[in-house]
Amino acid sequence: MSQSSARWRGWRRFARNKLSVLGAVLIAIVFFCAIFAPYVAPYPEHAGVVVNFLDANQPPSAKYWLGTDTVGRDVLSRIIFGFRNSLMLGAVVIAISITIGTAIGMAAAYLGGKTELVLMRITDIFLAIPSLVLAMAILGLAKPSQLYAMIAMATVWWPWHARLVYGIVRSLKYEGFVVAAEVVGASPLRVMFSELLPNCAPNLFTKASLDMGFVILLGASLSFLGMGAPPPTPDLGTMVSEGAQYLPDIWWLSVMAGMGIFIVVLGFNLVADGLRDLFDIVG
Amino acid sequence: MIRFLSHRLLSGLIVIVGVSVLIFLLARVIPGDPARLALGPEASNEQVEAMRQQMGFDRPLVEQYARFITGAVQFDFGRSLYTDQPVSSDIAAGFPATLELVLYSGLSMTILGVGLGIASAHYKDRWLDNAARLFSLLGVALPNFVWALLMMIVLAFWYQWLPLSGRLSEWLTPPPHVTGLYTVDALIAGQWGVALDALLHIILPAFALSLSGMAQISRLTRTNMVDSYDRPYVEFARAYGLSETSVAFKWALRPALIPTLMILGMQIVALLGNAFLVETIFMWPGLAKYGVNAIVRKDLNAVVGVVMVISFFFVLVNMIVDTVVSFIDPKIRLKSS
Repeated sequence: MSQSSARWRGWRRFARNKLSVLGAVLIAIVFFCAIFAPYVAPYPEHAGVVVNFLDANQPPSAKYWLGTDTVGRDVLSRIIFGFRNSLMLGAVVIAISITIGTAIGMAAAYLGGKTELVLMRITDIFLAIPSLVLAMAILGLAKPSQLYAMIAMATVWWPWHARLVYGIVRSLKYEGFVVAAEVVGASPLRVMFSELLPNCAPNLFTKASLDMGFVILLGASLSFLGMGAPPPTPDLGTMVSEGAQYLPDIWWLSVMAGMGIFIVVLGFNLVADGLRDLFDIVG
Repeated sequence: MIRFLSHRLLSGLIVIVGVSVLIFLLARVIPGDPARLALGPEASNEQVEAMRQQMGFDRPLVEQYARFITGAVQFDFGRSLYTDQPVSSDIAAGFPATLELVLYSGLSMTILGVGLGIASAHYKDRWLDNAARLFSLLGVALPNFVWALLMMIVLAFWYQWLPLSGRLSEWLTPPPHVTGLYTVDALIAGQWGVALDALLHIILPAFALSLSGMAQISRLTRTNMVDSYDRPYVEFARAYGLSETSVAFKWALRPALIPTLMILGMQIVALLGNAFLVETIFMWPGLAKYGVNAIVRKDLNAVVGVVMVISFFFVLVNMIVDTVVSFIDPKIRLKSS
């Protein structure tokens, strides 16, 4: 009873900001489309290698809501399947980088001393190269594929999570509950896992929501530069760059795919704002 | 102060060395066989072996790194496999274009971002504030390259108010080289027409590049200024009978600017990163465009050179920002020394 009313209060606090609710709705729609893509997309077969020159380069119409691309595939269907890719990419990258980042940030802050110095210097080094540039260099030197894209992006993303966790743990490590656990003889690993980690969760959760948008954006930027998943995989960034070659005549290809990216990133940003209010996180 | 600076300089140096190790390892480990890469698939095994020896890849890694870093310190990254020029001269050729782009973009980001933030805080919850907040949401959520393309479609294709791409119209010759920045060089040479043309060319890419940083700066400035409007010293200044303008700029804005300054370094680096997208779209012949091409062609030396130069700039900019902030806010200076 008390738990459900706490949940209700939490929702009320989240919903006070109308924009966060809009964000949640946007994300719900995107997730729904991504999961049920084969049923939602008007032409699900257009996600693959389909050539339909009769209907190539059609502007938006009743038949093709968002127009067709240069080989006659429905843009809306490809965007819907593109959501699927983007969400998967974002989720995997964030899962990997939160794991690595939390481990490193936590170890650095809790163990201190030389460990702290070395780990945080390494983190700084990774942060000293703009993320797009480092990801591009890694990905470009390997070969473009979804898997390498994920690895490259996780490589540039974990330092941010390491920094976040490092900051939180450093501020908590002399708090009563941590010292109490140490006094009773809890091992460092135990203190980190059961005392400190739960306290990082709200921040990490909010950051993950915000980062989901930014990671998807980074992924789109990479594929825009021709370093994403190879064709015919429907990818929002690739679609924007394909369309850019045919400007201004076939403007809908770039613009619609761009709007697709916009909806996802905006949704996650707005939800992150709401979560920040909910957990009362400053900054 | 000296202790603060030397501390800052040392940590910057450590980061730069670390970056060089990281980049060196990336370029040696990921691509498999760089010699094979350089020669292409048709080369015989003997040729590849000869190339390996010539490039020094048969030596131990530590020795290879030592050679690489001695070169890098003297701004020598070897030859580009594609242009067959020294990478350093390619970089030197592309650098002014990128510098000019980032400079204009940074100015637009800072001035418009802070301005928008001030206006937004001053007219809190009125229509101007709402419009500014909507704009900053758009700036953050709409990718840089989509902004660039949208503006290109509307301003360059439909209305043709601004030129489509490049640094200068084809029929004009670049001004005599002094700084490498076309707008500045043209003014120095007194070629007003060329200066105007270069300026028109830079507006679209620079503005598109600056949008996401501008959005974040205006958001941060607004939040902090709204916060400082509630502080007792602002109330005191008002009670003292100071004009509203003087309250805004002298009392509310100043403390609010410190967090903005602190993220400025980060934002300028983000500009350098996003320049890779914007230069590609607007065919801007700069360092970032060169970097993209190098990566696509797997031109190892060029990739390493570009990334090293950009990271060096990152560390430099951050050092300058930290120093400036420490001058303004003594708390930071004291905390870290």
